[in-house]
Amino acid sequence: MKHIKTIIGAVLKDTAKTGGCGECQSSCQSACKTSCTVGNQECEKGKSKSS
Amino acid sequence: MTAVHKFIKNGIPIVLDVASGAVHVTDKLVYRILDFYPGRSDEAVIDSLKSEFDEADIAEGLEEIKKLEADGLLFSKDVYEGVAAERYNDQVIKALCLHVAHDCNLSCRYCFASQGNFNGERLLMDRETARRAVDFLIEKSGKRHSIEIDFFGGEPLLNFPLVKDTVEYGKKRAKEAGKDIRFTLTTNAVALDRDTAEYLDENMYNVVLSLDGRPEVNDRMRCFRDGTGSYGVIVDNIRGFVQRRENRSYFVRGTFTRENLDFSKDVLHIADLGIKEISVEPVVSGPEEPYSIREQDLDTVLCEYDKLFDECLNRAGTPDEFSFYHFKVNLYNGPCAIKRLSGCGAGNQYLAVTPEGDLYPCHQFVGDRAFLMGNVFDGELDRDISAAFRDAHVYNKEDCRDCWARLWCSGGCHANCYKAAGSIRKNYRVGCVMEKKRIECAIALEILTRLKEEEK
Repeated sequence: MKHIKTIIGAVLKDTAKTGGCGECQSSCQSACKTSCTVGNQECEKGKSKSS
Repeated sequence: MTAVHKFIKNGIPIVLDVASGAVHVTDKLVYRILDFYPGRSDEAVIDSLKSEFDEADIAEGLEEIKKLEADGLLFSKDVYEGVAAERYNDQVIKALCLHVAHDCNLSCRYCFASQGNFNGERLLMDRETARRAVDFLIEKSGKRHSIEIDFFGGEPLLNFPLVKDTVEYGKKRAKEAGKDIRFTLTTNAVALDRDTAEYLDENMYNVVLSLDGRPEVNDRMRCFRDGTGSYGVIVDNIRGFVQRRENRSYFVRGTFTRENLDFSKDVLHIADLGIKEISVEPVVSGPEEPYSIREQDLDTVLCEYDKLFDECLNRAGTPDEFSFYHFKVNLYNGPCAIKRLSGCGAGNQYLAVTPEGDLYPCHQFVGDRAFLMGNVFDGELDRDISAAFRDAHVYNKEDCRDCWARLWCSGGCHANCYKAAGSIRKNYRVGCVMEKKRIECAIALEILTRLKEEEK
């Protein structure tokens, strides 16, 4: 494409079906105790696939 | 519901497709077309923009937008609402925050825990209660493999023997149950001597150390009971721990208030101490507190985030590089859509335990009897409170439903909402403005860092 560069594709689309295992770290606990930023958490499933 | 969000950061037009999670960089033409598309016909879009761009180029830009739309990468439909309700029936607790000490060796002015005791007696958790909490977690975690315990307070190092005992007991019980247990600890670093640091380094998956930044800023809020500042006592303890920690997880975290709205200087002060993992966040307080962040402070705060953004970008790839927690985003292997709806999981997946064994939705609600959910010794949970937190997801919060950031921030901190707006279903609007800015910065930083590397 000439006018648009896609940096990240539709990463969330299928996770409604495949996600929800809950193995990921709880969001608030992992760093600060307030102001959760869930988007920076890592998916445990993806981590085990890539390792 | 808002389907697309666009913003320009450091001259780069960035377009987010909210429901699919897709992220695009566009040229100025497509960015402008999206001011009109899909509300207007192609002819009307061309007519609106032909004074700025070539007509053939506009038509080409429109075709590219439609191609992405057809491929589910732009203006995609949000389909998660029904899935959320179904998944939320899964009642599994995976993390406990153990308040091992309702006491503190500091007396911080902004402390939400009322200088450590949460408006109650100064108490230390005993061994029986801590071990029962471990058993409770294992019983309630169902088939979940990974479980977590966070040692919190007050100041958890005031009850350090109990921390050690609970770690040993937790490891043993987790092994018997075939689970993986992780421990974290949050400390003010006053009592963080060499032996303690060595133990925490070996046994904690993550350690959170509190420091607000510049000496005068830290000491204004984080002081001992006699009013003297803590900076001189804690800074070397923190640096020593961080040097030992190397690449394993830690955060040096601080709080900014309206008394240090120039908080970018505090982040950079911490970075210049050689600390690489930094989180400095806005204070959580009621609007009546003199140090609370207000609407009129927002322009200054957002400008500070811009300054931090530029500094993060400039230092990327250099020895002075540091990571600012709120500018981190996982674009490649981030959480699933379900996780993004449920947020922190307080009141359901995550609970706080007081020294007496009382259970609350999270540490921020401890001491407020309206949120008392039960006790680890009887093991039953208040289902109404649990349901109230479970249902306070982005589709049930009026301001979140139509917000572009709903799948990035997940509705924000329940305690923030409750303290600022009086309900966990309402929003802390000042917090929303700051959070949206941080999300934009985080996504842009990821993109610009990548573009910077490609240029090399």
